[in-house]
Amino acid sequence: MSNGAERMRRELMIRVVRDFTEGKLEETIDRIPLAIRPKHSQSSRCCIYHDRAVLKYRLMALLGFASENETDETRTLKSYLQEAVARKEKVKEPPLSVCSAGCSSCPDSRYNVTTNCRGCFARPCVFNCPKGAITVENQHSKIDYTKCIKCGKCEQVCPFNAIIKTTVPCEDACPVGAIRKNADGVAEIDFDRCIFCGKCFNKCPFSAIMERSQLIQILQAIRDGKKVVAMVAPSALMQFPGTVEQLFSAIHKAGFSDVMEVALGAELTTEHEAAEFAEKMIAKQPIMTTSCCTAYVELVKRHVPEFLDKVSTTPSPMRYAGRLVREKHPDAISVFIGPCIAKRLEAMNSDEIDFVMTFEELGALLAGMNIDIMSQEKWKIERPANATARNYAKSCGVTEAVILEMQEKNPEFSKIGFKLDNKFINGIDKKTAKLLKLYAMGKLPGNFLEVMSCTGGCVGGPCSLIK
Amino acid sequence: MEEQKIKIEICCGTACYMLGAAELLRLENIIPDQWKDAVDISAIPCLEACSSDNLGGAPFVKINGELMSNASVESVCEKIFEIMKTRGGH
Ligand code: SF4
Ligand code: SF4
Ligand code: FES
Repeated sequence: MSNGAERMRRELMIRVVRDFTEGKLEETIDRIPLAIRPKHSQSSRCCIYHDRAVLKYRLMALLGFASENETDETRTLKSYLQEAVARKEKVKEPPLSVCSAGCSSCPDSRYNVTTNCRGCFARPCVFNCPKGAITVENQHSKIDYTKCIKCGKCEQVCPFNAIIKTTVPCEDACPVGAIRKNADGVAEIDFDRCIFCGKCFNKCPFSAIMERSQLIQILQAIRDGKKVVAMVAPSALMQFPGTVEQLFSAIHKAGFSDVMEVALGAELTTEHEAAEFAEKMIAKQPIMTTSCCTAYVELVKRHVPEFLDKVSTTPSPMRYAGRLVREKHPDAISVFIGPCIAKRLEAMNSDEIDFVMTFEELGALLAGMNIDIMSQEKWKIERPANATARNYAKSCGVTEAVILEMQEKNPEFSKIGFKLDNKFINGIDKKTAKLLKLYAMGKLPGNFLEVMSCTGGCVGGPCSLIK
Repeated sequence: MEEQKIKIEICCGTACYMLGAAELLRLENIIPDQWKDAVDISAIPCLEACSSDNLGGAPFVKINGELMSNASVESVCEKIFEIMKTRGGH
């Protein structure tokens, strides 16, 4: 387990699924915080009451509600649950929420002089500070924060490692400056800037950033006897115990009427994207960039709009997979299962997809229904997707697939003097986000640019089980 | 007489897996070489110890048949060490 916050999130999910399946969640949900933090138990925050309050908001997010929208603090979780169960239409609101009770209002990021400082004779901090912000008083360095520009030179040169940086983990992680502490010191996401990459979600040590889940709606659809089809992203490989075939059987056992690989959609993406690329290159467009990573496409839309016309218009594997489901089961509800938060946003705006569930939620769903993956029979995958399509989950996977397709379908292409010059960005952060501006200005070489928001590709997604 | 191997059974039922067993599977790679012949690590299906009241105790591991809750790489290694000490071996 990489940390306690993640553990608590998962434990709550399992409890919710379990009680829902046993038909008693309405009775139990308001008591879950007490069951987890009973009187006299150890608290992880200041006291069990604070823990319980945070647990309540966590449960609210699990039911699909944002704590930011809370108007009546006395409203019970039971009543939220009833509303969630009755919800039939798609909720079109940002899939992330910050739990203000959970946010610890981490102190502003800055450089601090610790007691390690010996007020040494050499004083490299004083000499290297480009702004003259450091003075020594009583044999101890002192930073004048009105002058400090947070360049970090002092930290690098101190021979005693006496200068350290405190950070606000969420602000630090956000590649686009979308999360900031508000006037009350509590983190707040600006949803016009947010690209739903999920980096803050992973980095907050208090797990204050929460996803708004659709788990209850999915469970309810299954309970109502509706046809619900699962589309499993290729990054599921190696995420769960047992084999993929056993995982599919487990999903089927959980009540999904059919299970298919999203990689089948990736095959279609490859085909269309390769054709689109050829077309664009013939039309002398200088560069084309990938469209399968939602967070990346949002990054371009919101922060580098001048580059948007270079983004491939080919639908993502998820959307193609959704179309395949609609063809095969026109009356079914389609559920995308992946490691991604941004896909929730894409699904909201795609008619082919009804709901999105993360690998974490899938794990909790199976655990909550006591479905053991390793003891399942092998599912007979009707038509296994090809290896290049399954490889979309990894950084450079889409590039490889598209190139291969081009070579196969357009062997003539290279003969007309076209030279492929592919580049990739493996992971969006503050620096790579800036690079894109340069790509947009045409200042960087390359005619095929793949960008994946998560390092390593979808396998490194924010809601994957194993990173 | 050949000593019996210490039997480590990691529960990889879905609940345990989610709550930390995935991490425990790394044990195989990280235990010191000199222990490798003395322990026998396997992944097993749900031990049925993960009821809601007990969920806080996941992941579960069985060491020589004895159930251990909240198992971590550290706690399992400690236990192996303890057993080895009582056996007087290294
Ligand atoms: S990292 Fe951000 S969201 Fe998390 S506690 Fe600190 S300020 Fe709040
Ligand atoms: S862009 Fe990413 S890191 Fe920034 S607020 Fe949105 S999800 Fe969090
Ligand atoms: S999953 Fe480990 S005891 Fe059930």
